[in-house]
Amino acid sequence: MTAGVPDGSAVRLALLTLVSAAALAFAIAVATAIGDYTIGLGTVFLAIGNGLGLTGAELPPIEESVVWDLRLSRALVAALAGAGLALCGAILQALLRNPLAEPFVLGISAGASTGGVCVIVLGIGAGSLTLSAGAFAGAFAAFGVVALLSNGATSGPNHTILAGVAASQLFNALTSYIVTTSGNAEQARNVMFWLLGSFGGVRWPDFQLLLVVVPMGLAVCIYLARALDAFTFGDEDAAALGVPVGRIRLALFAVTAVMTATIVSMVGAIGFVGLVVPHAARYVVGPMHMRLLPACAIIGAIFMVTADIVSRVIVAQQTIPIGVVTALVGVPFFALILYRARPQT
Amino acid sequence: MSVLAENLDWGVGRKTILHDVSISVAPGETLGLVGPNGSGKSSLLRLLAGLKRPRAGLVTINGKSVVQVPRKALSREVAFVQQSAATETSVSVLDVVRLGRTPHRSALSGWSAEDEAAVTEALTRVDMLGHRAQSWQTLSGGERQRVHIARALAQSPRVMFLDEPTNHLDIHHQIEILRMVRDLDLTSVIALHDLNLAAMFCDKIVVMRSGSVFASGTPAEVLTEELLREVFRVTAEVNCITPGAGPHIRFTP
Repeated sequence: MTAGVPDGSAVRLALLTLVSAAALAFAIAVATAIGDYTIGLGTVFLAIGNGLGLTGAELPPIEESVVWDLRLSRALVAALAGAGLALCGAILQALLRNPLAEPFVLGISAGASTGGVCVIVLGIGAGSLTLSAGAFAGAFAAFGVVALLSNGATSGPNHTILAGVAASQLFNALTSYIVTTSGNAEQARNVMFWLLGSFGGVRWPDFQLLLVVVPMGLAVCIYLARALDAFTFGDEDAAALGVPVGRIRLALFAVTAVMTATIVSMVGAIGFVGLVVPHAARYVVGPMHMRLLPACAIIGAIFMVTADIVSRVIVAQQTIPIGVVTALVGVPFFALILYRARPQT
Repeated sequence: MSVLAENLDWGVGRKTILHDVSISVAPGETLGLVGPNGSGKSSLLRLLAGLKRPRAGLVTINGKSVVQVPRKALSREVAFVQQSAATETSVSVLDVVRLGRTPHRSALSGWSAEDEAAVTEALTRVDMLGHRAQSWQTLSGGERQRVHIARALAQSPRVMFLDEPTNHLDIHHQIEILRMVRDLDLTSVIALHDLNLAAMFCDKIVVMRSGSVFASGTPAEVLTEELLREVFRVTAEVNCITPGAGPHIRFTP
């Protein structure tokens, strides 16, 4: 890859990678240390070392347990979820050629909420189905509707966006209908709280699942990074550059749907990460995807872990839904993009 | 490489846009596609480049049907320059021209010396090498057009299809681009509006009207006063001032 990197920027790239990896490790360590019961960073590292079998330090069992059993898995899930959502945002912005595209543009969060409501409120599955499974099924149902409305992703980007809007409206209406007719405010509140996102309930099995899904998604996307670049001037242009447009679109939409649905069913529909992070990453590494996608993954991870820390410390003794934190950062950024987006001449 | 279209039919929905179109371009030849707005020039170029499938008929490039050759293999030999393609992304000129190497690179391969040479040569040919670090968004319409042509050249094609490549260009660059395309060792089909430029730079001209071929032949054979009146609804004087230089058209008010 030597000749692929123009003069001097190879060093900068290596430096950026190093710095961001260190930042991510630091953020995860801080996220593990901070909480109602604050633990020293040194203890955190020793506890992690013990857990991995690298060190054999004597630590208070409660601290070791808090670090290993509760907080570390939470921080790692946050990192992977952030990476995955940011990646999905970057892909959809490229494929749909729309700077405001994000993972939920395909109606996935609306579908997930309908699925969640079906399980919690209607009791579909009679206890055998978890909230996550319901949300996953709902997310995929919504994606299916979008795929159907946009002719299996073969029609243009605007068509797909409109199909996503239609699907979101449909599934939001279904959710509202179910919630209002069931008349159980407590259940409705639970669903809404879950939808705004929370890392509260995640444990190691969640991390293991994401550890498969997100890196695999990243690998597929990196493999198709060149093809994504070719979409810069639109579908027809990509085709003229030898990209099998229909197949690539469908493959990437499917990868996005799997990643988003998995993340949403685990931690709720956390908005704005997928929108904000790709734009931030483009400022740092430019628009070409071979670099943009890894950058999105790492910045998304740092952003989400940091947002999780903020959500836990901003109000004492209380955890703010993570979606509230990401949105409070995301909305001003969204406004900035709108402001900067010049009309086409 | 030769380009051959036989009895092409194409349309959108119930509307027929091209009907029974046949053309043939010999290796190395520059063919000009002229005709009024909506006569089917752009659609024909897309069918020729394999970007759209005809309802009936066959397009072959060097004897192979374009819809049967895999996309990537096809785009190593065939380049297509569309009319004023736009992007919102803040790419640089170099990024755009490098895209032209997409068909020559595998998914994870590095940037080779051959890639670099092709990009530099393409930028030089369109007189944009000095602008290579400039952002796409800051280019003028004509500069963008030249970058698109450079990107097509970077594909190292043997056949090139250009849809009104001289739009937005000043007269100097109109002539430069057309001269360059004519002098390159490749087969090209160019949709053009300027009939005098078509007469100057094309070996052969196909005149389209309402989705069909109205006439084809050398510029002198095709561009007659009678044809201009009938197809373009203009009155003009056609003179052959310099022998061998093609006819010159002077439109009369």
